[in-house]
Amino acid sequence: MGALSEKNALIERPRGAGKRRRAPAGQRVARLAILVLVLGYLVVPLLAMLEFSTRGDLDKATNTFPRSLQAFAAIFTYPNLVDGILASLQIAALTVFGMLLLLVPTMVWTVVRVPRMRRVIEFLCLLPLAIPAIVIVVGIAPVYQWMGQHLGSIGGSPLTLTFISIILVLPYSYRAIDASLRSIDVATLADAARSLGAGWPRTIFQVIVPNIRGGILSASVLAIALVLGEFTISNLLSFSTVQVVIYLLGKRDPYVSVAVSLVALVFAFVLLFVISRFAPGADTSTQRAAEEPA
Amino acid sequence: MDMKTRVFTALAAVTVAVAACGGSAATPAPVDWKTATTAGAGGVDAVCAAGKVEGTVNLIATPPDWANYGQMITDFTAKYGIKVQSDQPDAGSQDEINAAKQLAGTGRQPDVFDLGTAVALANTAMYAPYQVATWKDIPAANKEATGLWFNNYTGFMTIGFDSSLGTIAKMSDLADAKFKGKVALNGDPTKTGAGFNGVVVAALANGGSADNIQPGIDFYKKLTDSGNLIPVDPAPATIASGQTPIVIDWSYNNGPQIAALAPKGITWSVVVPSDAAPVAAYYNSAINKDAAHPAAARCWMEYAFSDAGQNTWLKGFAMPVRLAAMQTAGTVDKAALAAINPPTTAPVMLTPAQTDAAKALLTDQWKFITIQ
Amino acid sequence: MTEPSASMSTPSASSTVAGPAQSGAGTSRFKGAGNYLALLPFLFYVGLFLVLPTLIVTLGALSTNDGQLTMSNIAALFTTDVFLASLIKSLELAVITAVLGAVVGGLLCWAVVRGDPNGLLRQLVVAASGVLAQFGGVMLAFAFLATFGFNGLITLFLKNNLGIGMDMSWLYSLTGLAIVYTYFQIPLMLIIFLPSLDGLRQEWFDASASLGGSAWSFWRHVGGPILAPSFLGALLLLFTNAFSAYATAQALISQGCVLITQQIACQMQSEVILGQENVGKALALWMIVIVSVVMLIYAWIQRRASRWVK
Repeated sequence: MGALSEKNALIERPRGAGKRRRAPAGQRVARLAILVLVLGYLVVPLLAMLEFSTRGDLDKATNTFPRSLQAFAAIFTYPNLVDGILASLQIAALTVFGMLLLLVPTMVWTVVRVPRMRRVIEFLCLLPLAIPAIVIVVGIAPVYQWMGQHLGSIGGSPLTLTFISIILVLPYSYRAIDASLRSIDVATLADAARSLGAGWPRTIFQVIVPNIRGGILSASVLAIALVLGEFTISNLLSFSTVQVVIYLLGKRDPYVSVAVSLVALVFAFVLLFVISRFAPGADTSTQRAAEEPA
Repeated sequence: MDMKTRVFTALAAVTVAVAACGGSAATPAPVDWKTATTAGAGGVDAVCAAGKVEGTVNLIATPPDWANYGQMITDFTAKYGIKVQSDQPDAGSQDEINAAKQLAGTGRQPDVFDLGTAVALANTAMYAPYQVATWKDIPAANKEATGLWFNNYTGFMTIGFDSSLGTIAKMSDLADAKFKGKVALNGDPTKTGAGFNGVVVAALANGGSADNIQPGIDFYKKLTDSGNLIPVDPAPATIASGQTPIVIDWSYNNGPQIAALAPKGITWSVVVPSDAAPVAAYYNSAINKDAAHPAAARCWMEYAFSDAGQNTWLKGFAMPVRLAAMQTAGTVDKAALAAINPPTTAPVMLTPAQTDAAKALLTDQWKFITIQ
Repeated sequence: MTEPSASMSTPSASSTVAGPAQSGAGTSRFKGAGNYLALLPFLFYVGLFLVLPTLIVTLGALSTNDGQLTMSNIAALFTTDVFLASLIKSLELAVITAVLGAVVGGLLCWAVVRGDPNGLLRQLVVAASGVLAQFGGVMLAFAFLATFGFNGLITLFLKNNLGIGMDMSWLYSLTGLAIVYTYFQIPLMLIIFLPSLDGLRQEWFDASASLGGSAWSFWRHVGGPILAPSFLGALLLLFTNAFSAYATAQALISQGCVLITQQIACQMQSEVILGQENVGKALALWMIVIVSVVMLIYAWIQRRASRWVK
């Protein structure tokens, strides 16, 4: 890489070829146009949501809608909504915990001890992308019915969605952690720790994990975003998670449901933005993991 | 007396007192509320006391502004101290049955049903027979003899619409090109009572009859092809957001929207279509055989069919099944009845046999709902 | 070209995949089969919660109500008009929004990557894309209604300020659904494709320019062929995403079973529970087959692309 740059420096650079030089005017105009149009398309519905959720009651005198935060305040008057939010947050926390517990030791072990299984593990982790959520529900419904009938109140609680959520986040979290693992020399670290007398648990949790913090962080954030956005499985298994409650509430009171959707969006955005700005390497890992709505 | 004698005497006195208490009251045998077919010797109070011990009743498909269920739930909890868990308010009749089957045994299954006739008739194996205290007041034609299901309330099929769109007076107006993408039917006719009767009123408006709803199906197919009918379930929210500015639904659903939408600047109008005989249909109450809270379920039923409950429905623009009896007894809420202003023509109500035949036809033909 | 990837920071990293022989100090206890045991918890979990449901779906699809093997459920896709129509609509929607999302998203990627890699714009756009890509279903439907509904922002703006009355029926057509779907396809494209654009070396552009090529010829002979595999891979992922989507369609079109995902849900919740459930499973099986084919093509393309971006 270094040699090539040196060679370049010797050749006279044509106008507009340098990264740090200003791009030709045509390119700049094109870039600006694309940014404005596309980002505009993405931002307008968000602005509309903001406008819709801050609409007060019609002022008959002026025939306009005054701005009001009554929709946001009303969020707390719906106990179902608050319960749904709490349930989803709990499921998100459990999912992050379960996913990390399941994935990190497995992936580290695969890299260090059984590299041949890497393809298999990767395939299995990619499988949930190939099996749409609706299909998983069809297959898993009998299991959940059994759990609800035989495992008492725990079996019927939304927290059991954790099991499925872990599966759903596998593709994204795998890629995030994998990107991190590829960027460090896991084998050498592990050997060094082992040769100094550390057992495997200590090696994984105290030596390797601190080095893949970025990947773990973005895997966790992706998991939280996915759980908060998950609708299909919760709805078809009759659990009241936040998206299901928003959906049901949407038929009763559109203003509150748009308000709470906006809050959820902003929350997830701030979380992702802060992580990417302040966590080293996390933004690259986030980019390497594909995302999709449930 | 010395200490020992005093203790013995006290003990003896207590024993006699307890025996006397125990002997004087005839301890009733504990009632198995899962199989009770009437309130029994203790009356409604006994049912509801047992219900209070259970603590909760699971309702389904009882939105607060559907026939004033919101008020009924509040009054019920205030009177009997039983908490009401109201799930899936916008579920259709078939969704209620599905939920009961899917959640069976989990404790979250619905305790009572409120079903359209078509679905009610098809699932009688799921109900527990129960005759409320006011059973006699319900006409024989409006109930199943053993108490498996019984009619509760009815209304009339209406068109509700945003007045800024113009005037709509009859079903045929809906086919107008300027209403493209604006007409919504409340529910899939194969799964919900409101949707089903929407097809009936369309059939009557297009030369059909209670025995022949084919013209109704054809009418909606025409509206779908022209893009007037949109595949959206209307609800208070879809009306407020403008997603469904024209709604074919029961009078007790469209009616309350007038007051609810005024603050948001929408003038909602409700009309009974003038090109068809008024269509009415009772919904049906039934108790889930597999209810997790059998006593609370029966207490709810008793309340709904008491004068207070029936008048609550009346205030919600729905005509309760005991209306005639209550008018005779003078217990009806006259102001509420006057506010409904029912049409003078006798309404058309499908018999169970006609309902079954219509449902079979719909299941076969209602498959054209799609997007272009 | 075989330049080391930017993500491999040290040369010794390549030895990680070279094999267990080089990882040294393993005790003899852990050699051989024992190594695989540690993977059991993961395999068991995935087996129980992913493979088992798939098997249940497959078995159900091939069975009648009485438990006998039959192909009639699978054949039902072709014999029943409604099923076939819903599948075609789903495929149409998936293809259209995959292409739209890929092209527009690709352009957005290019516009973003031209800027400062550590700049605020890029970080904002990436974070926003991360959220918006996940922003499907219910919230998206509400957002579009708040924008284009009868009382929506744009509708009222046009009505009150420009006197234009908007006909909202387009939202409930394939076009409308496509526009709504594209809303989460574009951010998804950004997230998937940006790293590939990052991998385009400035030196390659410089080299091409120094040989007298224009921007167009660079893209045509250098950039295009290098990016093509990952672009196609992203396109396939977008297709899968749109094909499998349920929440968005359900939130907008709450009546009828218009797309195949909705059709499956309808069969699951139909009245004659027993008879239709297996047909629903058959439809689900068809979905698995279609998506698996797409994922296989994707994996093959990825393996080819990895030659360039390693």
